Amino acid sequence: MSKPAIHATPLQQKRRKGVFYELFIKHPILTLMIAPAVLYIFVFSYLPMLGIVIAFKDYTYAKGIFGSDWAGFKNFKFLFQTGVIYRVTINTILYNLAFLTVDIVAQMTIAVFLSELTNKYFKKITQTMLLLPFFISWVVAGAIVFNILSYRYGVINNVLTSLGLEKVDIMNNPTIWPPIIVFFRMWKGIGYGSIVYLANIMGIDQEIYEAAKIDGASIFQRVKYITLPLLKPTIVILILLSLGNIIRGDFAMFYNLTGNNALLLDVTDIIDTFVYRSLMTMQNYSMSTAAGLYQSVLGFFIIVTVNTIIKKVQPDYTLF
Amino acid sequence: MIQQQSRDERLFHTLGYIVVGIMAVICIFPMYLIIVGSFMSNEVIVKYGFSLWPEAFSLDAYRLIFDNPKHILDAYKVTIIVTVCGTLLLLFLCTMTGYVLSRQDYKYRNKFSFYFFFTTIFGGGLVPFYILAVNYLKFKEHPLIAMITPGIFGYFYVIIIRTYISKIPSSITESVKIDGANDFTIYARIIMPISKPILATVGLFSALGFWNDWFNCMLFVSEKKFYNLQYYLYTTLNSVAPMNAVMANANISYTTPPTHTFKLAMTIVTIGPILLLYPFLQKYFIKGIAVGAVKG
Repeated sequence: MSKPAIHATPLQQKRRKGVFYELFIKHPILTLMIAPAVLYIFVFSYLPMLGIVIAFKDYTYAKGIFGSDWAGFKNFKFLFQTGVIYRVTINTILYNLAFLTVDIVAQMTIAVFLSELTNKYFKKITQTMLLLPFFISWVVAGAIVFNILSYRYGVINNVLTSLGLEKVDIMNNPTIWPPIIVFFRMWKGIGYGSIVYLANIMGIDQEIYEAAKIDGASIFQRVKYITLPLLKPTIVILILLSLGNIIRGDFAMFYNLTGNNALLLDVTDIIDTFVYRSLMTMQNYSMSTAAGLYQSVLGFFIIVTVNTIIKKVQPDYTLF
Repeated sequence: MIQQQSRDERLFHTLGYIVVGIMAVICIFPMYLIIVGSFMSNEVIVKYGFSLWPEAFSLDAYRLIFDNPKHILDAYKVTIIVTVCGTLLLLFLCTMTGYVLSRQDYKYRNKFSFYFFFTTIFGGGLVPFYILAVNYLKFKEHPLIAMITPGIFGYFYVIIIRTYISKIPSSITESVKIDGANDFTIYARIIMPISKPILATVGLFSALGFWNDWFNCMLFVSEKKFYNLQYYLYTTLNSVAPMNAVMANANISYTTPPTHTFKLAMTIVTIGPILLLYPFLQKYFIKGIAVGAVKG
């Protein structure tokens, strides 16, 4: 680690190694400059980690975090015995897998087409249109859902009635909601994602394409044998990132799209919405913390495992 | 030079124009529907529902909003204050941290990096954060602080900034160092001006985050005059109380209150600035996404 200083006296050598010397004597200003962020993260990320003990207690506001009675694993037992944690875990994972697949296919398709199309104005205008949903908040997306899907007033039902067809109750029909959520997620992310892929396609050496053209490769062959293989690292990294986060959900999306509709909970409840609901509506701090801790620990091990496996198989792709 | 397109290429391009075109229309179509709906007469909506084309044009909803705009103006004020303060604080905190972490001679920079990074893969969860914020930091008594502080640091931003600063040739800073400038002066006078492009990118992403945030407002803010835009819109969409509050002080009387159009009109009033600014800011966002993308 440290290089031996040939001309240093023993005293100097000792000082040079000290943490105190490095931080406060050698670079006091740098340390002062990083201090606010260190303090911020300590307060907002590390202090809450102490709150994990709430999961093992019967938390009441009056007694506080450390004064509340110990409950052992009662809160976890409740989560597993009622089976609610399995439901939300499976939902979270299945949704994330669906997002991953649909997002990659949709975003890459758009990016590959955009990279090959030649009409500048078309590309510019469509890219502007594709990126627009990225700027729209999930609250607004909730308004859109109501506008389109509502039983009494929705656009779809309006069109169905004017065609002389029966109205459909989409809002309260659980089976139809997973595709709706996957669709809106795709809708919001397609502009962003296709830019990511497009940027990587633009980074590919044009000479490769020229050479393939001269050799008589068709455009389909060029996409299949040049673009896609060269995008592989990007795709793999994005897949690994999503796998690492497979147990985490987008609370704002689920909460606003479904409008917190209790009829849909079987298919739309994910860990994050469950944690929120048990905190806010059931006021069950301890169980809610337990569910959050379960998510955090599981997520941590998944990320570390994914990373360890990549390190062995393909070190270039490690997440950290 | 006109190149002869092969049949394959023509097919591929036609397919491309169709697929990309349809997807692009899908992306803006919901916006179009909201705009159409907001200009419709409420009675028609109650009878037939929202439609694909503007029918029975009416400005009732907008008239109601602008007749008594106190609530929406309050919400705008809160969102603007939070967005501006939050973004400035985030830029200050993240650039300073990014600069220190970029300094090769700062021996403990990797340890600090790990200190920050670890919190992105493990955390205490929502409840401990909520208890800390409400019981100890008194967020409920300081609504503006409650909406600003949770969002003023992002390790992802720090990494982007650090990467950018690392590419600045050290010869630029060396000469100033010899003149006796300290590290903070180098950061403020040399590094920051050079890093303007990345500041713009990070600033825009962060501003968008603050503008669209509603979660912190929902968690911590109970006083109506401190509702931000998104949360005010959220309450408008989910109950009739906000509209009744506006109606109570309005000078116009309606035979039927424009319940449904009011929601849509409010949505348009909320995203109006974004829709207007979007064409001008778009290219900076695209650049920013590409910066993160190529880095991997």
